[in-house]
Amino acid sequence: MQYVIIGNSTAALYAIEGIRSLDQEGKITVISDETHAAYGRPLISYYLYGRIDLEHIGYRPADFYTKMGVDLILGERAEKIDPKGKKVILKSGKKIAYDKLLVATGSRPFVPPMEGLDAVKEKFSFMQLDDALALERALGPEKDVLIVGAGLIGLKCMEGILDRCRSVTVVDLADRILPSILDEGGAAFVQKQLERKGVRFILGDSVAKFEGTFAVTKNGGKIPFDVLVVAVGVRPNVELVKEAGGEVARGIVTDDGQCTTLPDVYAAGDNCESFDISSGTRRILALLPNAALQGECAGKNMAGGDAHFTNAVPMNAIGFFGSHIATAGVYEGECFEDITPGHYKKLFYRDNRLTGYILIDCIERAGIYTSLIREKTPLSEVDFELLKKSPALMAFSESARKDKLARRQ
Amino acid sequence: MKRIYVEEKWCLGCHLCEYECAFANSGIADMVKALKGKEIHPRIQVEDGDGVHFAVNCRHCTDPLCVKSCIAGALSKDGDGMVVIDQNKCVGCYTCVMVCPYGAIMPAENGKVAQKCMLCTDNMKQGEPNCVKYCINRAIVFEDRG
Repeated sequence: MQYVIIGNSTAALYAIEGIRSLDQEGKITVISDETHAAYGRPLISYYLYGRIDLEHIGYRPADFYTKMGVDLILGERAEKIDPKGKKVILKSGKKIAYDKLLVATGSRPFVPPMEGLDAVKEKFSFMQLDDALALERALGPEKDVLIVGAGLIGLKCMEGILDRCRSVTVVDLADRILPSILDEGGAAFVQKQLERKGVRFILGDSVAKFEGTFAVTKNGGKIPFDVLVVAVGVRPNVELVKEAGGEVARGIVTDDGQCTTLPDVYAAGDNCESFDISSGTRRILALLPNAALQGECAGKNMAGGDAHFTNAVPMNAIGFFGSHIATAGVYEGECFEDITPGHYKKLFYRDNRLTGYILIDCIERAGIYTSLIREKTPLSEVDFELLKKSPALMAFSESARKDKLARRQ
Repeated sequence: MKRIYVEEKWCLGCHLCEYECAFANSGIADMVKALKGKEIHPRIQVEDGDGVHFAVNCRHCTDPLCVKSCIAGALSKDGDGMVVIDQNKCVGCYTCVMVCPYGAIMPAENGKVAQKCMLCTDNMKQGEPNCVKYCINRAIVFEDRG
């Protein structure tokens, strides 16, 4: 059996482990256009922040690929899938035959057209380790940095570099920071914390053009900068599957075993859709845990298993300068809130189910809430009044507690 | 593999396991010096309710969600199936805290990394969990239940 995996990040790693859990013999080839062994992609901001060094950034031990019997082709780009001939064609022209193929190509930064952008010398995206290493070289105590985008990527970048430059200004068209995970109140709570650290935000506005060392906003503001980071969003890398004739909607479409509409071609990670059980919709959940679970599921099925990934839920743990945020699900239905100057908590529930939560600086044991969403636990079966105060196993029935604590998990 | 199991009907809610855990992981040989006047950050935590008490620590799940959610590859399963954390790799994002269904992994005292029970294999107790050894009513046991 010849397994080929395009991509070498989280989904690919977990697919390798999924394959090897069932097949220790088959040949696995991994193709990546990056030149590094797999690293935790979100770690690039922690690298700049000084929390992790290059020696420890690898996601798996250095001997992982050897132990797993993987042929690693780095620095090579897969250009095309030939689904009839069952081959992957590389940029170098080399053809690699597969019996089972996984497309784990992730996503790429989206850079909107902005007048004058081409003339900006020091400009960066923030997706890959090489982006972080290049940005690092451009930083310095006399540099003013402009980050376009106040989402997860833009703000983690901000945390990583704030102490390594003179100033950071963040611009976003949205009227609040972290709009994909926070409501208005939560965003204001975190924004205040970040402003106290010295970050400057310009919200509800966008860059109209770049003029020399200034960015001019739609509202007419002029922002001086030396270094630009564009982090407005990402686009899924769906082209290989699309051009081969596979179905693509917002992302690559797969069944719950991660198989695309092309025979023997699987997809996992930020390039494909999931069925989000909290919203009941198909959407891209570009989250590391989701990529891991999809990748593992795909790997097992490629090796002849019968795995299904059926409980995808959006969830994010993120933090800045010692504060911590955990969010999950959708913010719909009734809301319980507990907001003080020190923390911010909202639980959303509907139809006897917890549908989502926002926790800022009160994340302890948040996984108990997450499990209620993932397992669709009827709230009538737990002491929800107790859970509103804090997540605790005490809220479950005696038999459920016994199952959790006195039996093997 | 032997794991820690909890029988809530025998738990008195004395919280001694929390102190024994903090002591075992303190790196200090004298319990009084290790704990006296200090706020403890044990890896096992007792929940107290209306006449009900029980301790919670890592279940060492067969299929651990924390391991698959770790953004740094800091969490892994060792050869025996124990879920281990490499605090040199942990960046303290607490995604593991967000996904553990038992609430059994938590920020460490320094607030910069996560911590969890490793069955006293990572301290001077050499693999005999201190919470089990000193549970006065045998509400916490260390057994192989398949």
